[in-house]
Amino acid sequence: MKTATQTETRPTTNERPKAQEYVTPEVNIFETKEGYLLEAEMPGVSKDGLEITLEGNELTIIGRRQPEQQVGEPLFRECHAYDYRRMFELDPAIDTSKVSAKIEQGVLTLTLPKSEKVKPRKVVVD
Amino acid sequence: MNYLTRWQKPETANWPGFGRLNSLRDEIDRLFDAPLAEFAKASHLLSGWTPALDIFEDKDNILVKAELPGMKKEEIEISLHDGSLSISGERKAQSKHEDAEVYRAERFFGRFQRTVSLPMAVDGAKVKAQYKDGVLTVTLPKAEEAKPKQIEINVS
Repeated sequence: MKTATQTETRPTTNERPKAQEYVTPEVNIFETKEGYLLEAEMPGVSKDGLEITLEGNELTIIGRRQPEQQVGEPLFRECHAYDYRRMFELDPAIDTSKVSAKIEQGVLTLTLPKSEKVKPRKVVVD
Repeated sequence: MNYLTRWQKPETANWPGFGRLNSLRDEIDRLFDAPLAEFAKASHLLSGWTPALDIFEDKDNILVKAELPGMKKEEIEISLHDGSLSISGERKAQSKHEDAEVYRAERFFGRFQRTVSLPMAVDGAKVKAQYKDGVLTVTLPKAEEAKPKQIEINVS
């Protein structure tokens, strides 16, 4: 069931979506008091192939695979050749200037801290 | 587009252990929009993790590539037995996320195993493996007797 909060089909251009061009990486998203943590699986992508863009509160992650070296004749293929792409709408509480990313063995980890003013804090009683 | 903004599924709001089921539902949603190729990808939610494999052959080697993102070298086991290559291991969930609220849990954690029959005899002593950018590449040199041979004809 599609819900209004999960629309993946909202068109941004008049072009028809090209389903074959990208693979959607699997993600895990966690929220802590400090912020959000996003992990995306992009095997075959190194630091150089990553493209992370923030536009307003829209986050786009693109992972480009290393160009494949010719390694002989393929006998069996399951791995996608396509690049990875996925978009997310960010919680307005996220401080977009403090987003950081790292990639380790094909897993991208994005740290999205919440801005100071929305973090829960204790009020000291005098 | 997916939302990072908090949104709770009304009927399963605070149920523990529903992560996989929710992502199964997402996958089913996606199937209606996706080409058939995506269908194969959804099946891992029902049957654990089946890492994607590629097999190549060149003059001297058989190459097996497997997509195993986010593992440690020590967690991957490779074995060769009776002409079959097995790649197995266990990907462990990181405990640092335990107190965090989970929004999406699409990544698989746990054991996996894949076995392929090799198309020809290989030299087990010379097998090499490399793990880079989440892709494991196993290089299996062909056994001498499996290589094509040129036979010279002696004319007398």
